[in-house]
Amino acid sequence: MSALEIAAAVKAGETSAVAVLEEHLERIAERDGEIHAFNLVTSDLARAQAEAVDAAVAEGRDPGPLAGVPIAVKDNTCTRGIPTTCSSKILEGWLPPYNATVIDRLGAAGAVTIGKTNLDEFAMGSSTENSAFGPTRNPHDITKVPGGSSGGSAAAVAADFAPISIGSDTGGSIRQPAALCGVVGAKPTYGVVSRYGLIAFASSLDQIGPFAHTVADAAALLEVIGGHDPRDSTSIPAPSPSLLDVLDRGVEGLRVGVITELSGGPGGVEGIAADVAARTRQAVSALEAAGAIVSEVSVPSATLGLSAYYLIAPAEASSNLSRYDGVRYGLRVDAATTGEMNTASRSAGFGDEVKRRIMLGTYALSAGYYDAFYGKALKVRTLIVRDFAAAYENVDVLVTPTSPTTAFGFGDKTADPMAMYVNDVCTIPSNLSGDPAISVPFGVGDDGMPIGVQILGPAQSEPTIFAVAAVLEDVAAKGGAK
Amino acid sequence: MTWSIEPTLPEGWELVVGLEVHVELATATKLFCGCANQFGNEPNTNVCPVCLGLPGSLPVINGTAVKYAMQLGRALRCDVKPGIMARKNYFYPDMPKDYQTTQYDQPTNSNGSLVLPDGFVVGIERAHIEEDTGKSTHVGGGGRINDAVYSLVDYNRAGVPLVEIVSDPCLDTIEHAKAYVSGLRDILLAIGVSDARMEEGSMRVDANVSVRPAGTTELRTRCELKNINSIRSMGRAIEYEALRQIDLYTSGDNPRQETRHWDEAAGRSTAGRSKENLDDYRFFQEPDLVPLVPTAEEIAAIDAAMPALPSARRAALMEASGSDAEVVATLVDRGQDTMAIAAIDRGADAAKVVTRLQHDLAVDDFSKVTAESFAELIIMESAGDLTATQAKQVLAEMVDSGGHPREIAEARGFEAMEGDELSGLVDQLIADNPGEWQRFVDGDEGDRKKMQGFFTGQIMRATKGQADGRAVAELLAQRSAG
Amino acid sequence: MSDRITRDEVVHVAKLARLELAPHEIDAFTEQLARVLEHAADVESLNVDDVPPTSHPLPLVNVFREDVVTDSIDRDEVLAQAPAAESHMFRVPPVLGEER
Repeated sequence: MSALEIAAAVKAGETSAVAVLEEHLERIAERDGEIHAFNLVTSDLARAQAEAVDAAVAEGRDPGPLAGVPIAVKDNTCTRGIPTTCSSKILEGWLPPYNATVIDRLGAAGAVTIGKTNLDEFAMGSSTENSAFGPTRNPHDITKVPGGSSGGSAAAVAADFAPISIGSDTGGSIRQPAALCGVVGAKPTYGVVSRYGLIAFASSLDQIGPFAHTVADAAALLEVIGGHDPRDSTSIPAPSPSLLDVLDRGVEGLRVGVITELSGGPGGVEGIAADVAARTRQAVSALEAAGAIVSEVSVPSATLGLSAYYLIAPAEASSNLSRYDGVRYGLRVDAATTGEMNTASRSAGFGDEVKRRIMLGTYALSAGYYDAFYGKALKVRTLIVRDFAAAYENVDVLVTPTSPTTAFGFGDKTADPMAMYVNDVCTIPSNLSGDPAISVPFGVGDDGMPIGVQILGPAQSEPTIFAVAAVLEDVAAKGGAK
Repeated sequence: MTWSIEPTLPEGWELVVGLEVHVELATATKLFCGCANQFGNEPNTNVCPVCLGLPGSLPVINGTAVKYAMQLGRALRCDVKPGIMARKNYFYPDMPKDYQTTQYDQPTNSNGSLVLPDGFVVGIERAHIEEDTGKSTHVGGGGRINDAVYSLVDYNRAGVPLVEIVSDPCLDTIEHAKAYVSGLRDILLAIGVSDARMEEGSMRVDANVSVRPAGTTELRTRCELKNINSIRSMGRAIEYEALRQIDLYTSGDNPRQETRHWDEAAGRSTAGRSKENLDDYRFFQEPDLVPLVPTAEEIAAIDAAMPALPSARRAALMEASGSDAEVVATLVDRGQDTMAIAAIDRGADAAKVVTRLQHDLAVDDFSKVTAESFAELIIMESAGDLTATQAKQVLAEMVDSGGHPREIAEARGFEAMEGDELSGLVDQLIADNPGEWQRFVDGDEGDRKKMQGFFTGQIMRATKGQADGRAVAELLAQRSAG
Repeated sequence: MSDRITRDEVVHVAKLARLELAPHEIDAFTEQLARVLEHAADVESLNVDDVPPTSHPLPLVNVFREDVVTDSIDRDEVLAQAPAAESHMFRVPPVLGEER
């Protein structure tokens, strides 16, 4: 059952939130041992929430749009009194004294929080191999990674542990694992979803978004979590976008652009696999067949996105992660002075990838290098914003692969950071520009693993890109992605 | 008070001082969260996820703090421009995020000045908005940081809004440094944005001190003096430091750039952190906050609502009264300038107004004396309706109980003594004291003065002070000439 | 490639970031950071003198909070999370030679 079907059935009294929950808890008990989507399954809390939903239904109160829908939440989202670890030893055992805004909104919508999902430590990674608590496995093939950093949230939906989940996306951390796990994942426009309570990786890039099996479920979830939040200064002062109403509006007359540089062809970025490129072309053809007007557009700076991102994101991260110093919460390794204690705690508490990015960011910001690296990267960010804005003068949406390849094996890309970083080449530009993007499953690759197609649009074009995704979902469901 | 510049440095040397003054703004809440901005509460009671820098929390800036900062900027004749918040990255346990949110290359206020009572203009480089840190208590080792066994941190002060006012290195004497800090305090109190209490730490002064051979313009190595907790202590600390540096230079040595800790009790400073390895703060724009962009209307409204500031008040009083700078400064300090100008405007004699205020209204509370009644008193005195002694008595009663000078004078039976009555009294006295009269008429200058005092005293005794001293003097002169 | 970042720079950066690296980690990080910086050469070599920087994707300005006191949180709940606390304060080892 989809999330929307569950909510309808719970509200109609056809099933109970508790029954739905138990069914999902059973699946988790059966299979999460091998998948490891969860850092923590919050059964007791979930049962209490489900009972409250059922009580509301019994009393004739509206339990909300996600009544009784189990939801998995990425473990970098603060949940009051429930461990929130970022899959890092430095936060192991920490109990936040407050809820993230999205958690409060989910609770108010009747959703049932079933657990906290695994991630690359502090959301830094593209495979969930960087978790301090062990990797998550791809439910389609447990020898493969689920992608990352929201690998746990993607796998939880793919394995039917929950019909929907929450992730965060700084450079593709929702869309890439969605693609690799064969589910829908969206990064909303920067500022649509409150970041309050999302443990920061790179503040100017981070955005919370939905995972789901269906575009409609993802839309329903985004409607619930989106909208202005006065606790986040960077929250767009507007209500959550209305998406469900416009999902079926189709693509007739819609101008669809294909980004030359991200199509796997010559002159573009390297490393886009042939099967992935072919599926993307097939998706574009399907949109054309559905009435869209297709053209190829050049976004020259798209190729620079990766370099700019891997200076900007670590720079912000190096600052955001300073607070893990062993003073107020989290891991402390004792030492003779506070300075030594800070160093000992951080050295023991952070994993290699986190240290690497802190080092990179510290270097990029440091005296003598700021202008050459961080300062330049900010200017490249301007070029990217300009190039995309120019592209959107001629097209309504852009289509690219989500990930250059299908899911890869464990350890395949851990030796060389650059090899891992190029996974984000197609997803990074929309984080830099702040624009929304959605990945929708569209067939499988030569290895039988899922492929995702990414639809990009200008700021606050969620209604459009979700409608395009719905068309591709429909095509794929009818066998058009084979 | 004196404006004379006392030579505190050995011949041939001059002082170069720049001051960094931190001022806590008197807002109800902290800079980025709704916790109370209150001094002296139980430790860690005014804290929340934001000011504790808990993972996931986000700042939202206090609009009143920004407005106060702009008011201060305009009062210091600064350009008020779009401000950008930035992060200053360094580790310190009383700084919850291990970065300070401050302003760097785009401060709200820049390029201002403050005019000292003697006309010296102190350039103000910037007055930027930033957050305060928490407070550490060093336990063991007599509370000294370097001998402490451990430290305890209270975050009540963390996040309290500050403005840091940075002067140019242009203060050339200790008197000017003191007058500058007093002037700042006067302005802060006049516009009501801070209680400016050095002893409670709501106004904190760090002094950058260097010396150079008189007549040269180079800026030599400076030392930063910390832990200054009164204006007087600042003067002592600067003097000590200047002499220390001159000693070093004259013995062929050089000062090191360092932070020095002033010990008021011992009357000396001790070396703190060496600044040879200059800190690398890795400033960058705070991504969790958006730019502060004042509109022209806002700035105009601030200017329109600006109360008269001490320098303008001094200028106005000087123009109205023609008095010297020292007296004018005293009256402005006491808040008596408005009354003085109002009385002069109403026709009261300027010199008498100033004299009465300076000598006979040196009281803390003169709120019962209105400008109207004060003007009336001076006019009565000038017209000879009251003698000087009577005027003082009436004024004293006005201070105690308010009331109108004419009514008070009537109630006390103070009436202008008719000229005939007084001349009769004088003639009687001359007749009764021929010896003294002879000395008055024939004696030398000294005798004449002494005897005038004698006769005046007798008359005053006889009239219970109601006679006009000048009238008595005139009568005596007439009689001796005639 | 190794001239992109030196071993000494890595040691210096680690100090700034309060990270302690074992000798083999210093070697590995020097090599890995050099590779990332090598890739970033496309950005570094770009002539973007006339391009303004973009620090943030949102065009928002002037987002303010009203100066109204809201509830603080229970200090016991916060201090319960502290690695060490005493007298309702956070306890840390001595802060040697680092006075501001």
